[in-house]
Amino acid sequence: MEGLTISIDTIWILLAAVLVMFMQPGFALVESGFTRSKNTANILMKNLMDFSIGSLAFWLIGYTIMYGEDVGGFIGKVSLFFGSDAINGVPDKASLMFQTVFAATAATIVSGAVAERTKFSAYLFFTVAITVIIYPISGHWVWGGGWLSELGFHDFAGSTVVHSVGAWVGLVGAAMVGPRIGKYTNSGEPRAIPGSNLALGALGVFILWFGWFGFNPGSQLAAAGEENAVAISHIFITTNLAAAAGAVTAMILTWMKYKRPGLSITLNGALAGLVAITAGCDAVSPGGAVIIGIIAGFVLVFGVSFIDKKLKVDDPVGAISVHGLSGAVGTLLVGLFSTSEGLLYGGGAGLLGVQAIGVLAIAAWAMGLGFILFFILKKTIGIRVSKVIEEEGLDIYEHGESAFN
Amino acid sequence: MKKIEAIIRKTKFEEVKEALHDNGIEFFSFWDARGVGMARQSRVYRGVAYDTSTIERIYISIVVRDINLDRTIKTLVDSAKTGQVGDGKIFVSNIDQSVRIRTGEEGDESLYIKD
Repeated sequence: MEGLTISIDTIWILLAAVLVMFMQPGFALVESGFTRSKNTANILMKNLMDFSIGSLAFWLIGYTIMYGEDVGGFIGKVSLFFGSDAINGVPDKASLMFQTVFAATAATIVSGAVAERTKFSAYLFFTVAITVIIYPISGHWVWGGGWLSELGFHDFAGSTVVHSVGAWVGLVGAAMVGPRIGKYTNSGEPRAIPGSNLALGALGVFILWFGWFGFNPGSQLAAAGEENAVAISHIFITTNLAAAAGAVTAMILTWMKYKRPGLSITLNGALAGLVAITAGCDAVSPGGAVIIGIIAGFVLVFGVSFIDKKLKVDDPVGAISVHGLSGAVGTLLVGLFSTSEGLLYGGGAGLLGVQAIGVLAIAAWAMGLGFILFFILKKTIGIRVSKVIEEEGLDIYEHGESAFN
Repeated sequence: MKKIEAIIRKTKFEEVKEALHDNGIEFFSFWDARGVGMARQSRVYRGVAYDTSTIERIYISIVVRDINLDRTIKTLVDSAKTGQVGDGKIFVSNIDQSVRIRTGEEGDESLYIKD
């Protein structure tokens, strides 16, 4: 019986890993569609390489930094080349595979925020840094037995651990690399730079939504037995409902705010709902998931506008709003909507406080390390391409080939 | 001989082409044209409003014998018209000379195929 349990759990985790891996093409398509066609090969190359380099780096050292034996609540005990044949619930190698695709997700979020003007070589250095330092260490705090898990911080599948970390690094990166040429007028008004292909962008969002059914239910890390079967089914429902509510809310808001229902923001709305529910997908009711999705839709629409017009940080695909703001808000909302400990369910404000500590601590960590990283890269190899490369497209100069011919 | 140049809606091109062929125009040239006018379409992308003034049309050029001029213009007007702003314009100018390269025929003779 125990052997069967291990088999079922392993199959489920590997299946979920495959679904999460499929989020990589989702990101690649969203980013390609929301940017101009002269930079498509660059975007695709970045997405291909953050997964490839991330896979190598996470196996080499990243995994044990995150999940190694706890050292002072801050970091895991480092060892190289994780992946024995041992079984801890599921085989270590299944865990490595599942966690690798998560690490790559955090890295790929940054790609969109800094798109269309960042040096490819700098991006590669950054990918290594996020996969072996930034993501695994803050991940250890929550999932590896570190200090936040001791406090009782609840981030089931990574609204904060995965998505916000990527987005906060992206925010710092996008701010430091500066806006794309032509994004702001001399008086600082934002200008529209329409994406090249919203059909690709929409396909990418559907693929991400699909992949999320591995991301969230897979994070149960087990499927065998009544309890797990109910849990993963519950998480499917909360995940789907939040995404749907996020999309509908974003559509209504764009309709009211901009007179017509806008596709690209509504697509972001679905993603915002998905990111927001990720933290509490196991702990909130389906109704709670809908409310979290609706709130995420608001956060997204006003967040995109705030970052574009007030912060004046140029984020071509909306990664900072989708993954950063919605991730942070979704994590906080667990403190309200958790059916076991939430404030609205009579659990007091304790969990809400812990959630706030976790969100702020990880934001500070990701932005601080992101700043140091981009600062070093800026002073050494440089992070921005020259004016002529940016104007004529990164494809031709950085890669010597264009995506469309 | 006259040259008739017409700027018409893209959506009307097939209709115009059929009508011209039905009315004896055996050959004409056309190309995609872009114009910039005062008419603007307002759009919103990711919450930022912008407008585009680029207008896409088809540019048709026909050289006809004088006897066919009025009929051709009428054909163009009838087939390209929707009644909305933006239906386009027709310009007529004189042609001093024409030569059919294959035969060396000049003037009116170069414009139609004799049976």
